Amino acid sequence: MSLQITDLKIYYQTLRGEVQALESTTFSMADGEIMGLAGESGCGKTTLGHSLIYMKPPMKYMGGQVLLDGEELPIWDMDRMNEFRFKKISIIPQYAMNAMNPTRKIGKMISELLGSRGVDFKAILPELERRLGLVKLSTSVLDMYPIELSGGMKQRMVMVLSTLLNPSLLIADEITSALDVASQKAVAEMLVEFRNQGYCKSAIVITHDISILYQIADSILIMYAGQLAEKASTETIIHAPRHPYTKLLISSLPEIGIKSTEKRLTGIPGNPPLLLNPPVGCRFRERCPVAFEKCTEAPPFIEVEPGHHIACWKEGETNA
Amino acid sequence: MNRYFTRKILIYALTFFLAVTIDWMIPRFMPGDPIQNMLSRANVNADAAQVMYTYYAHAFQLDLPIWQQYLNFWGALFRGDLGISIYLFPTPVAKVLMRAVPYDLFLLLPAILLSWWAGNNFGAFAARSKWLDNTVSPIGYILSATPYMWLGIFLAWLLGIVLNIFPIAGAYSFDLQPSFSWKFIGSVLQHWFLPFFSLFLVMFGGWAIGMRNMVIYELEADYSHYLEALGAPQRLVRKYAFQNGILPQITGLALQLGVIVAGALVTEVVFSYPGIGYLLLAAIQNQDYFLIQGCFLFIIIGVLIANFAIDIIYILVDPRTRRGMTGETA
Ligand SMILES: Nc1ncnc2c1ncn2[C@@H]1O[C@H](COP(=O)(O)OP(=O)(O)OP(=O)(O)O)[C@@H](O)[C@H]1O
Ligand code: SF4
Ligand SMILES: [Mg+2]
Repeated sequence: MSLQITDLKIYYQTLRGEVQALESTTFSMADGEIMGLAGESGCGKTTLGHSLIYMKPPMKYMGGQVLLDGEELPIWDMDRMNEFRFKKISIIPQYAMNAMNPTRKIGKMISELLGSRGVDFKAILPELERRLGLVKLSTSVLDMYPIELSGGMKQRMVMVLSTLLNPSLLIADEITSALDVASQKAVAEMLVEFRNQGYCKSAIVITHDISILYQIADSILIMYAGQLAEKASTETIIHAPRHPYTKLLISSLPEIGIKSTEKRLTGIPGNPPLLLNPPVGCRFRERCPVAFEKCTEAPPFIEVEPGHHIACWKEGETNA
Repeated sequence: MNRYFTRKILIYALTFFLAVTIDWMIPRFMPGDPIQNMLSRANVNADAAQVMYTYYAHAFQLDLPIWQQYLNFWGALFRGDLGISIYLFPTPVAKVLMRAVPYDLFLLLPAILLSWWAGNNFGAFAARSKWLDNTVSPIGYILSATPYMWLGIFLAWLLGIVLNIFPIAGAYSFDLQPSFSWKFIGSVLQHWFLPFFSLFLVMFGGWAIGMRNMVIYELEADYSHYLEALGAPQRLVRKYAFQNGILPQITGLALQLGVIVAGALVTEVVFSYPGIGYLLLAAIQNQDYFLIQGCFLFIIIGVLIANFAIDIIYILVDPRTRRGMTGETA
């Protein structure tokens, strides 16, 4: 097991109260797995991703355990996490377009960053240049300022930088959203190539766009309003989903997997609940076509078949 | 690159032309008659006054048609001739100004540079910790919000009158003649301290608050978060935040240096310090056309040069501005 998360619970402390962005979350990822993480905007994808590497206030650790390659990550401790960051766990942030210091040449910035982490820039430079070639960037970008790069180039540059120290786990947050359809596909494929080359052992790919996941992900984890809904292999999620939310989600996407679409997860009537004061029990209750009394209790995320987890009373009961 | 500079220089030339024209206009269309003013102080009888009036009006070329005066003004300007001061007749304006400028430099250069340096470092330091920020920033706000006049008068009262440590008027003791003696230098420094220190305090507060806000903003910028997410030590993150946060402060510094020649009017008045600011006030009080013009001309040139310097400095330090230089964006 590469990543094992148990009962992870993350809130945001705000003036109006606690935003319950991630409720007791338990799942694991296998070595080499590329796991897609999908769900409507605001369902807590970024929260989950960030909590594993960079938990800064107002984000608040409420409990739970994270094991990476069998070693516990002190995610609640900003300082102690430093030795894991970049080297064992790394991130391509959702804001990759602005991730680089605008007033430093990219190569200089990388060398200063690596130096501060005790890594010799000169020694790693040939490898860096090789990887730049892999993502079709000329080595001259190292001599440029971020503003001189296009959005797609910045995205690829950050991808190379984030994985430069071969982390065990890479969190890739919306790496395709800001790109046009052609570059989306290219970037997604580069990510797979990176995994195949061992630049990162496994990866969590956060996105709205399920069609991208269909192309690259081994498994997909669907979230809804801060709770896990369903996790299974990509094939299963796309062709045989069992959670009511996943079903609606997939059926709302036309011709999934045949063509990359811009379609977002909007085809379901109603809105997700606000997480400042969410309903108790299954948070999908109000929109769920098959909800019943039991759903006022939160359903556990259980394995109904090998590798297929669902949090739903209906599914759990009929198959348990 | 060339197009960028050509355009900039054109804009500056136009600004200079307009500013000088306005400078020429202001005193001429000011109410009051400077020669009358001068004569009435000289206490001459009515007949003689009439003769002298005609003489002086001719000497100052005030009897020429307005357009002729305007053209002559430009002509003289390029010869470095700023006219004769009425109030300090017959000293040339250029000479009067040159006598005052060293005092401005001596007072403002250290005050601006030191307060800039100290304020930026202190502001960046305050941005680091909540505790420091909460205790120290209010002091900065109070300092920069206090009307300078009050602070100056308060310091003059406390350190000058009550404690009697520093003199509160003039650039050196009235009973001394300028010379290269320790006594004279000591006196100059003593007289210099209060105006310097009051200016330093006020500017320090402003720089510190500006820098604190900039650094906090930069520390919350995406690139800072990314560095932190990759485990960069605070030292590096803060270094970047400082270097980016200081960019607008550089603009501020250049602007301040530009108005150096204007002197610090209020300071120089409060402490009777004989720089350009003090001179300007005297010139206005005495309706001395040429001196007023000279003072303003200094200010105009200073501000324009400073702005031009800012443009160039920014191109050097901030790659983001370089993009606009190719000319496709304004
Ligand atoms: N800094 C914050 N302070 C308070 N609440 C926050 C903060 N950041 C996120 N939230 C809340 O936490 C919830 C989850 O947000 P998150 O950013 O993880 O969503 P997401 O799934 O990544 O959405 P998107 O697809 O739009 O990126 C949202 O309801 C959001 O309002
Ligand atoms: S637990 Fe209940 S409300 Fe939630 S998805 Fe299943 S049936 Fe619907
Ligand atoms: Mg997000």
